[in-house]
Amino acid sequence: MKQLPVVFRRELASYFATPLAYVFIVIFLVLSGVFTFYLGSFFERGQADLSAFFTFHPWLYLFLVPALAMRLWAEERKSGTIELLMTLPITRAEAVGGKFLAAWVFAGIALLLTFPMVVTVNYLGEPDNGAILTGYIGSWLLAGGYLAIGSCLSALAKNQVIAFILTACVCFLFIVSGFPLVLDAFSGWAPQALVDAVASLSFLTRFDAISKGVLDARDLLYFASLILAWLAATAVVVDLKKAD
Amino acid sequence: MIEIDKLTKRFAQQLAVDELSFRVRPGEVLGFLGPNGAGKSTTMKMLTGFLAPTSGTARIFGFDIQKQTLKAQRLIGYLPEGAPCYGDMTVRGFLEFIAGVRGFRGAQKRDRVAGAVAQVELEKVLDQSIDTLSKGFKRRVGLAQAILHDPKVLILDEPTDGLDPNQKHQVRQLIQSLAADKIIIISTHILEEVTAVCTRAVVIAGGRLLADGTPFELESRSRYHQAVTLVGDAPLDEAALAGLPGVAGVERNPREHSLTVLALPGQVIFPQVSALVAARGWHIREMDVERGRLDEVFRTLTRGEAA
Repeated sequence: MKQLPVVFRRELASYFATPLAYVFIVIFLVLSGVFTFYLGSFFERGQADLSAFFTFHPWLYLFLVPALAMRLWAEERKSGTIELLMTLPITRAEAVGGKFLAAWVFAGIALLLTFPMVVTVNYLGEPDNGAILTGYIGSWLLAGGYLAIGSCLSALAKNQVIAFILTACVCFLFIVSGFPLVLDAFSGWAPQALVDAVASLSFLTRFDAISKGVLDARDLLYFASLILAWLAATAVVVDLKKAD
Repeated sequence: MIEIDKLTKRFAQQLAVDELSFRVRPGEVLGFLGPNGAGKSTTMKMLTGFLAPTSGTARIFGFDIQKQTLKAQRLIGYLPEGAPCYGDMTVRGFLEFIAGVRGFRGAQKRDRVAGAVAQVELEKVLDQSIDTLSKGFKRRVGLAQAILHDPKVLILDEPTDGLDPNQKHQVRQLIQSLAADKIIIISTHILEEVTAVCTRAVVIAGGRLLADGTPFELESRSRYHQAVTLVGDAPLDEAALAGLPGVAGVERNPREHSLTVLALPGQVIFPQVSALVAARGWHIREMDVERGRLDEVFRTLTRGEAA
């Protein structure tokens, strides 16, 4: 893992080498504001917390994170630089991990720039700042989950647009897998254990728990294993698809 | 030393490389020749660990490319076809990234980058982003990246493709200056390049080895090897030339009063031809002995082998 920081630094710098990073951050900040104040009725609720802010993150990320993840591998394959990267003396884990971490840290930077929300709510009332902190952790973990899925699908598709759409679809499935919409399709024929397993895959239930201030080890483990599993899948897909 | 041992790569429909075996020793500049689709790039991609062989293997100074990939890759500098680089980076940023991946840090890293930049003359464009560079400069960035860690093995896939004659000359000079203690493998379909820089030429087509020898040996396979071309003022006596000992035949050239006298394999016919010219008192304006035509050998070898 010695060369992982080298890959990480290059990737992170490449976000800021193009206007993409700044456009992404601006869109994220504007939308998260709009969602909080208009859809989330931040003021009308009259409560000093940020649940109006965090509630919409799974949906906001559904479109923004795939946009961030789509270029991770698809661009390397399209421009042929993957041949350069894969013939340098780095392991798959260093390449996959370095790229993922750069995207994740970038998402973290965007998330940190929403700090005026925290300032606002502290100015208006006396919120539970511990719950806000876990909310941020949960949101960042959620972004990591989306990004790991996006990383794998970006390696699968050579075309960035296809990578974007695939990622949005798979992330959507992970969001709604706790909903009757999906569960009803299983409950008719599948054993209860499978229905429970599908329901437990849902991002939403995990994220809701964390964003309300409950930092359960099982939820953390869920996100960690989800990210690692998708990254392992990324490494496999990169190996299979790199030469196409 | 590179040992290639029955290297085979099969894609879904076709056999790209078919039990290729040969060895390359330090100091050799090996020209890898073949028509498009012959399996040159595929072989190089397997040597550099990018593609896994279907069967067979290759060893780079004893490191198996499949089992000890990283150790083998440390010894290799590779310029992939088309010299892909991260276009949004500056030349300096890109080379520093490569140096970092190669394990250089701090002052050592700066020295390596400066050394590679000086070797391929990139000083002027160091802080430009790679996307804005001309094709020649991009290719040089790719070369700088490949030679930065002073590798024992240099694998260059069509290093002069798309360059202008001056740039081609520079790249060839660079290759020759590096050749002394390294193994250099270059793939090309420009035959003059082989005569210019290579000490050994390997011809493949359809994934199989067709010929392996020095460029001179390959040339001597040509039917034009030791042929004598005459350009006279008046029509020349073809029958008399064809009747000389050791002559395989006479060909007319498009130029007026110009003939090429072909030699039988292994024969030297220049003395006979010049004696005949003197005896008949022909006025000859030009008289050349050919080394052989590599393109003709190449065509004969690869005809019908690949699309």
